[in-house]
Amino acid sequence: MSREHEITLTVNGAAHRVRVPGRRLLSDCLRHDLGLTGTHVGCEHGVCGCCTVLLDGRPVRSCLMLAATADGHEITTVEGLAGPDGMSPVQRAFADCHALQCGFCTPGFLCTVTALLEENPEPTDEEVLEGISGNLCRCTGYQNIVKAVRRAAELKAEES
Amino acid sequence: MTTRLFGEPVRRREDPRLLTGQGRYLDDLGSGAAAAAFVRSPHAHARVRDIDVTAALDVDGLIAIYTWEDLPERVGRPLPLLIPHPALTHGRTAHPLAKEVVRHVGEPVVMVVAADRYLAEDACALIEVDYEPLKPVVGVEDAVQGGHLVHEDVPGNIGARLVQEVPSAAGLGAEELIDSAPHTLSFRLDIERSAATPLEGRGVYARWDGSDLRVYSSTQTSTSVRMAVAAALGLPLTNVEVIAPDVGGGFGVKIVHPWPEEILVPWAAMLLGREIKWTEDRREHFVSSAHERGQVQHVRVGFDDEGRVLGLDVRILHDHGAYTPYGIIVPIVTSTQLLGPYKLGAYRVEFSSVYTNTVQVTPYRGAGRPQGVFCMERTMDKIARYLGKDRTDVRAANFIQPDEFPYDQRMTFQDGRPLIYDSGNYPEMLRLLKELIGWDDFEPAPNRGIGVGCYVEGTGVGPYEGGHVQVTSDGRVHVSTGLTSQGQGHQTVFAQIAATELGVPIERVSVVTGDTRRFGYAVGTFASRAAVMSGNAIALACRKVREKALRIAADALEANPADLEITDGVVHVVGDPTAAVPLSTVAVLSNPLRYAFDDEAAKATQFAGASSPDRPPVAEGDEPGLEGRDYYSPIRSTFAAGMHAAVVETDPLTAEIKVVRYAVVHDCGRLINPMIVEGQIHGGVAQGVGGALYERMVYDPHGQLVNASFMDFLMPYATEIPHIETGHLETPSPLNPLGIKGAGEAGVIPVSAVIASAIEDAEGIEIDRMPISPSELFDLRG
Repeated sequence: MSREHEITLTVNGAAHRVRVPGRRLLSDCLRHDLGLTGTHVGCEHGVCGCCTVLLDGRPVRSCLMLAATADGHEITTVEGLAGPDGMSPVQRAFADCHALQCGFCTPGFLCTVTALLEENPEPTDEEVLEGISGNLCRCTGYQNIVKAVRRAAELKAEES
Repeated sequence: MTTRLFGEPVRRREDPRLLTGQGRYLDDLGSGAAAAAFVRSPHAHARVRDIDVTAALDVDGLIAIYTWEDLPERVGRPLPLLIPHPALTHGRTAHPLAKEVVRHVGEPVVMVVAADRYLAEDACALIEVDYEPLKPVVGVEDAVQGGHLVHEDVPGNIGARLVQEVPSAAGLGAEELIDSAPHTLSFRLDIERSAATPLEGRGVYARWDGSDLRVYSSTQTSTSVRMAVAAALGLPLTNVEVIAPDVGGGFGVKIVHPWPEEILVPWAAMLLGREIKWTEDRREHFVSSAHERGQVQHVRVGFDDEGRVLGLDVRILHDHGAYTPYGIIVPIVTSTQLLGPYKLGAYRVEFSSVYTNTVQVTPYRGAGRPQGVFCMERTMDKIARYLGKDRTDVRAANFIQPDEFPYDQRMTFQDGRPLIYDSGNYPEMLRLLKELIGWDDFEPAPNRGIGVGCYVEGTGVGPYEGGHVQVTSDGRVHVSTGLTSQGQGHQTVFAQIAATELGVPIERVSVVTGDTRRFGYAVGTFASRAAVMSGNAIALACRKVREKALRIAADALEANPADLEITDGVVHVVGDPTAAVPLSTVAVLSNPLRYAFDDEAAKATQFAGASSPDRPPVAEGDEPGLEGRDYYSPIRSTFAAGMHAAVVETDPLTAEIKVVRYAVVHDCGRLINPMIVEGQIHGGVAQGVGGALYERMVYDPHGQLVNASFMDFLMPYATEIPHIETGHLETPSPLNPLGIKGAGEAGVIPVSAVIASAIEDAEGIEIDRMPISPSELFDLRG
């Protein structure tokens, strides 16, 4: 049994003090210790991207990170993407473009795309493909996800 | 009319929840439940000599350890053989935990329950199983040699052999016609193993309260899991409820049931008196859930100068893995759907369904059709190449014509019913496809090729589905159906049907699927059947509700029901919007009350004058409430069709293969929601591209699955999938009230055939296997 650590995670703006064994994955901590089950786990070896969250604004795979390593960091999960006025442009674009079917990979895509458009508000088609090329989706065939990224960029531009 | 929603690209009603992290998938439930984990066989074939759990007993948080010997007789029996068939003479299924012998890597041997999954896995790691390795049987051609046996009592490893023959109109057999044909070809085709691999694996969570069992399962059939669990645990059916929560993709693998875990987790929950959950991890999914595809086909064809097929003889070796819980549906579907949109002179197909020491094979999206279509479409291309004809001309020469429907292929389909195509227009579909891809203007160039593939898909198989529709006194419409959802948008399309049938705004309609508490009779979601089956059942249930609503409203309005219509949730006299009563009030009036819980309800109480004192408040033959239940049970399947074309480029040096254009024309009858149908097509094509170019399950000679992770099993990312151009054709099915056919599997079916066709065109090398990697293509170049 590994040693326990007392850590503080700021998740979606709220600080959480949690006691975790050293081996606790960040994904498991978010899902099972904090009850934020919107972050999904699809492979536990960092390939599928379902578990992507934003760590200090940058996308990371929460299944490849120990919760203890995230101590003191700011984390945004899918539950934190919507604002007081409702869903974010990225979330709305996914709905508009039918960019999800079963919805299991969707939180990872939403976090990835949110970070992508923060860094690059007007990505080229090539950059969009590259930007989402670390996330697997088994349902949509990606075409509508690509469309949604472009749509989200438009919405963000219109609303800024 | 605002409520005419059938056929519109309505935005999905499930999305806001799923986009904000509010989905409830299996592992999101049961916070605080104990966790199950399994010790699984590391050997493909071995005898279990001893299991020593001593070291595991000291693990903190350990709750229980179970081996097969701990299971009561009823629980420890072999799992059911779900679809018996007379040709499956040697069907075999696994025990929930291995009894004496393991037959594939990944077979569960020991179940551990602990306070959490980390601790359960700690305990698993400390359990020592002593195995006596046996000779593994790997590869279907080795298996049929029968040198070693997967099951001692199955000679030659043959589980089933089935020959089906369709003679010509003149009564001649395929072999005879091939021998006497002007031209003949014979060849061999190889299709590798692949798998559904939904991004959410399987999972089970069970709660027992001392008398009632509630099971949540990431399944494609909650009603059937319920019956299987009740039977295995000896519980009355009414004390068991099964719910499919949000399911993160199914694609066939989750139609199999009961999985060992679906029996063991509820059993342990009852025994231990606590909630238990098991969530499959990715490696477990690779080695313990099901695979598919995997066939070797030997083909002989005889044809005339126009390329018309006079006789076709196909012999299939089908690898069904270690067990046959789902019977021989996959090779039956291959054998029958191989025929596609064509009428052949005579046809003979024979398959042997063979045991190997590998993961069991059960339907994966397409369910045997991609293999059959690969066979038929490679045949068409080979005929065209031999005769020097355009590949589409050869296909057209063999098409069933629009005036020949219903067309009887004179075979027995997977539902045990005649293979009779209901409707279609194949020449028009080919014309549309050629136009979409620019077939006639395609400029041949080195390392650039174009390919085509056609299919017909039996969809909407029976036996039935049902729908229940209830209008409550707040005007809300509650729809439920027993089959399950895994991303198909059922909450949207079934709401569209209900809103259209009842004349209510879609915002008032809610849909529940896969919850046996709401609807107990169902079959499940597979075989592109949900829209056809439950869609029609819900429409029929709505029509009952509508009829009752009009009858009650006619009474209230002193009008003739025939003069009434429902618009925006209000029943009114046609042409007179003032003579109107809202459906909410009709719902109140439908249910005579003694007690008023609000002002609206007061209208239905005994002194409100709503009913005549000369009649019983609920008339004979009537029922209280504005609700209806109905079932749709088709005489046989509907037959959707599609044709795809692709342009590929191959790298002259590295043999890298790139799909640069992809076009689809499909016909699934009337479209309920074109946006959703198109999404289904996109997803199917992407899985097809994976199957054509990247995905294969690689077993070594010892029966180890050497690529059991997403690092090594190459599921395509966005960068691998071409843009898909789609065209629609709508040939309504005459078999059901809504005229619809299924679309779920359509996209995946012909893709391997299409891409093989295009690579062959680009390279001038015959492509007889799928998937094909750049290194394989490089080797084929010689």
